[in-house]
Amino acid sequence: MMVGAAHALRPQPARLVVENLRIVVAGTSTDVVDEVSFTVRAGEVLGLVGESGSGKTTVALALLGYHRRGLAVGGGRVMLDGSDLLAMSAEELQGVRGAMVSYVPQDPGSALNPALPVGLQLGEILGAHQDPGVSRDADRVTEVLAEAQLDATREFLRRYPHQLSGGQQQRVAIAMAFACRPRLIVLDEPTTGLDVTTQRHVLETIRSLCRSYGVAAVYVSHDLAVIGQLAQQVAVMYAGRVVELGPTETIFGAPAHPYTRALLRAVPSPERSEVLEGIEGQAPRPGRRPTGCFFAPRCPDVLPICRESPPPFVPLLAGAHLVRCVRAEEPVTRSVIARTVPASDPPTSLSSGTLEVRDLSARYGPAPVLYEIDLRVGPEQCVAIVGESGSGKTTLARCVVGLHDNWTGNVDFCGEPLACGARRRTKGSLQRIQYVFQNPYTSLNPRKTVGQIIDQPLEHFSHFSPIERERRVVAELEDVSLSSDFLGRYPDQLSGGERQRVALARALVVEPELLVCDEVTSALDVSVQAIIVELLRRLQRERNLAMLFITHNLALVRSIAQTVVVLSAGKVVEQGPVEEVLERPRETYTIRLLEDIPKLAETRTNGGRWR
Amino acid sequence: MAVPGTPIDAPPPGIARLRRHEWLSVLSRAVRTRRGTVGLSLMALVVAIAVVGPFIAPNSPTEFVTAPFSGPAPGTPLGGDALGRDVLSRVLAGGWLILLMAAAATLFGVGAGAAAGISAAYLRGWADALIMRSVDVVLAFPSLVFALLLVSIIGPKLWLIVLAVGFSHAPQVARVLRSSTLDISERDFVKAVELQGVKPRLIMAREILPSLITPLTVEAGLRLTYSIIIVAGLSFLGFGQPPPAPNWGLMINENRIGLQLNPWGVVVPAALIAVLTIGTNTFSDAVARVALGVGRQAEEITPLEGHVLVAPR
Ligand code: SF4
Repeated sequence: MMVGAAHALRPQPARLVVENLRIVVAGTSTDVVDEVSFTVRAGEVLGLVGESGSGKTTVALALLGYHRRGLAVGGGRVMLDGSDLLAMSAEELQGVRGAMVSYVPQDPGSALNPALPVGLQLGEILGAHQDPGVSRDADRVTEVLAEAQLDATREFLRRYPHQLSGGQQQRVAIAMAFACRPRLIVLDEPTTGLDVTTQRHVLETIRSLCRSYGVAAVYVSHDLAVIGQLAQQVAVMYAGRVVELGPTETIFGAPAHPYTRALLRAVPSPERSEVLEGIEGQAPRPGRRPTGCFFAPRCPDVLPICRESPPPFVPLLAGAHLVRCVRAEEPVTRSVIARTVPASDPPTSLSSGTLEVRDLSARYGPAPVLYEIDLRVGPEQCVAIVGESGSGKTTLARCVVGLHDNWTGNVDFCGEPLACGARRRTKGSLQRIQYVFQNPYTSLNPRKTVGQIIDQPLEHFSHFSPIERERRVVAELEDVSLSSDFLGRYPDQLSGGERQRVALARALVVEPELLVCDEVTSALDVSVQAIIVELLRRLQRERNLAMLFITHNLALVRSIAQTVVVLSAGKVVEQGPVEEVLERPRETYTIRLLEDIPKLAETRTNGGRWR
Repeated sequence: MAVPGTPIDAPPPGIARLRRHEWLSVLSRAVRTRRGTVGLSLMALVVAIAVVGPFIAPNSPTEFVTAPFSGPAPGTPLGGDALGRDVLSRVLAGGWLILLMAAAATLFGVGAGAAAGISAAYLRGWADALIMRSVDVVLAFPSLVFALLLVSIIGPKLWLIVLAVGFSHAPQVARVLRSSTLDISERDFVKAVELQGVKPRLIMAREILPSLITPLTVEAGLRLTYSIIIVAGLSFLGFGQPPPAPNWGLMINENRIGLQLNPWGVVVPAALIAVLTIGTNTFSDAVARVALGVGRQAEEITPLEGHVLVAPR
């Protein structure tokens, strides 16, 4: 703590200076990333935020002297304590990596060798980058693990990576990254996939380690709320450029770039039920970027001059806040008051449930995953099932739709019991319950066109003529805000959000009564998530759908559901109307879950100009 | 399945084209490798001889035109065979049937094997057990011995040879395709169709089979090589076309006693068979390499699989 306080008082020297970094597609002059400059001081964390395709990972890799195949460094410098990483030879870089620069990947599994016990791996790391000042024996391994809040018992050191939980693996990866006292650490979304509670602890660990050892850290994430909890500085990237850079409080409290404001508006809040605003469209790819401001095609504040030449990256008032937008200094004109969702009608009559689950217990092989679940989805009602990974929420959804058949109990749909597996269900009940998969990148057949994909269930369930089917497919596409141009496209020509809309259209085209959505936004960017959630909400209302919305994100629940069921370790912990559960949670589990969600409010300082 | 909260980058559009007509692209890229060019040229050479040969043969393949085992002479550039027939004409006329039989056997073997492998993997349970145990039994016999066994029981009928050779391939093909199918049938897009209650047969044909084109292409190339060897080998042993007919396998057998007098009667058909199998083998190897490479490249652009990193320079 003492060390941390001292650091906070005295300005630290600049550790990492990135100047005009430019990465191009190898052999061309098409840039993927350009004009990226920022400075990170010792002990400070810089958050690098952006949607997928913004170039944030490309920048992060360049800080390690790496780039993806097919790309090349086109210019600029990455200075670490005065020496340029980009000018080093491969051997020099090898020496620098691990010792001076280290990396924590998104998937902790990929950082650990699955064939070696954890203790041995840590010992090797410490041995490989020998530092005369640091003793390298068992004590050191214990010390390193303790820093990452892991108890280095004999038994723990002997475990293999697969015997650890995701959170433990990530901590070991962090311990390894900090073990050799590097000067710079690059973290690539290391907490995605972790539960909110674990995430909070891991973030705390990272912050305190950076402080106490004067490490400069660059934290790459698409999640603004996480960045807000951790970083002192934020760089927002869009289409390969840093569009806004500044202290965290400024970026969150008084964002000046329309893109940053849009990103912030898309983050769901667990405190209020808001209309989420996504950002329509997608970032232009390298080589197809417009002449003027790259954000112009999607910008709500666009002016004709924006399209003429790229806006310069200029400091605002304070100097530490830089923005790439011609209108940055104008006061915010657009109505930015959050629109709260009108309180939805209370669920009509709970007795006549469309879907009634009673006493449902499910197993995977011999292992029980769900214990005596009771829940009810009324007509036209949206029930959210919230739980951490391993809570059994996906299994519950799969039991309802018939993908998982190893269960006992009763699942009644419109008064009729459903058979366990989909194969034993009637065609009618299969049609009336539709399921949307979590990952739109695997749920669409890559060899079929969008038209074929949406037409397929219609062909199976209906007796319409091909012409009528095509009419319906087009109408459905339009209903999910895609045009008929998409009919002939293949899934890999679509963005994640577009794919998920196609998946939705496929489910809705047969006019189901119950839609089961399994983490449908978790594979998408926040800005796209907002669009999909709004789309779902609109469709649910227009079509009088009953909906079962499975998610790990409590904040999202607020925006879409009327009733929430909190699931933990296969049991229902708490259920009730959304306002009640989220505002006055009774169970400690729910309370903790709510507390641990990273919230924008915690970083917001002056009134929330973007709201 | 994706980790909650992980945004997944869409693959660059260049890959799209490649994945859709993957097998076509695999073939065309295979042809452009050195290995592929050499393999395909060797194959094309032998196929051209076999196809065009019968029309340009100077003599009738069954006519006695010279003395037995006479050496090369003006009218008979490769000399005479055991009965004094023109070796060149017999070589030119004696290839097409071997090729045709090998191709038919491959088609049958790959088809039957694929059907068995895909069904086993997709249907699981007793169907899987039944199919795969039968495969094990068939695999216990060396394929040549197995074909011989059938032919000697039923007699040397050409269709039977085709079926026997094809059948001997089926187990290997079934194994390979079973493992590919196991992976694909767990994908969400297959589950999505299952959830509609579509019949398994249709799911296999419409959802799974199109994704297996690449392994099928690779497997067909490999199986063709083996078919040629076995069909020619059976002819050599006398299980094929009956004697007066020209046939490369048969020729080697007929002419080997006169090897010292006129080696051409043995060397040329043997060389053609060798060149053909080397050609098909080399080409299918090129295809397999490209196909593997394609898989790897697809992974590289999927951040879920981790980044493939390259150091500068
Ligand atoms: S420069 Fe214009 S188009 Fe670009 S972000 Fe600013 S207002 Fe929008």
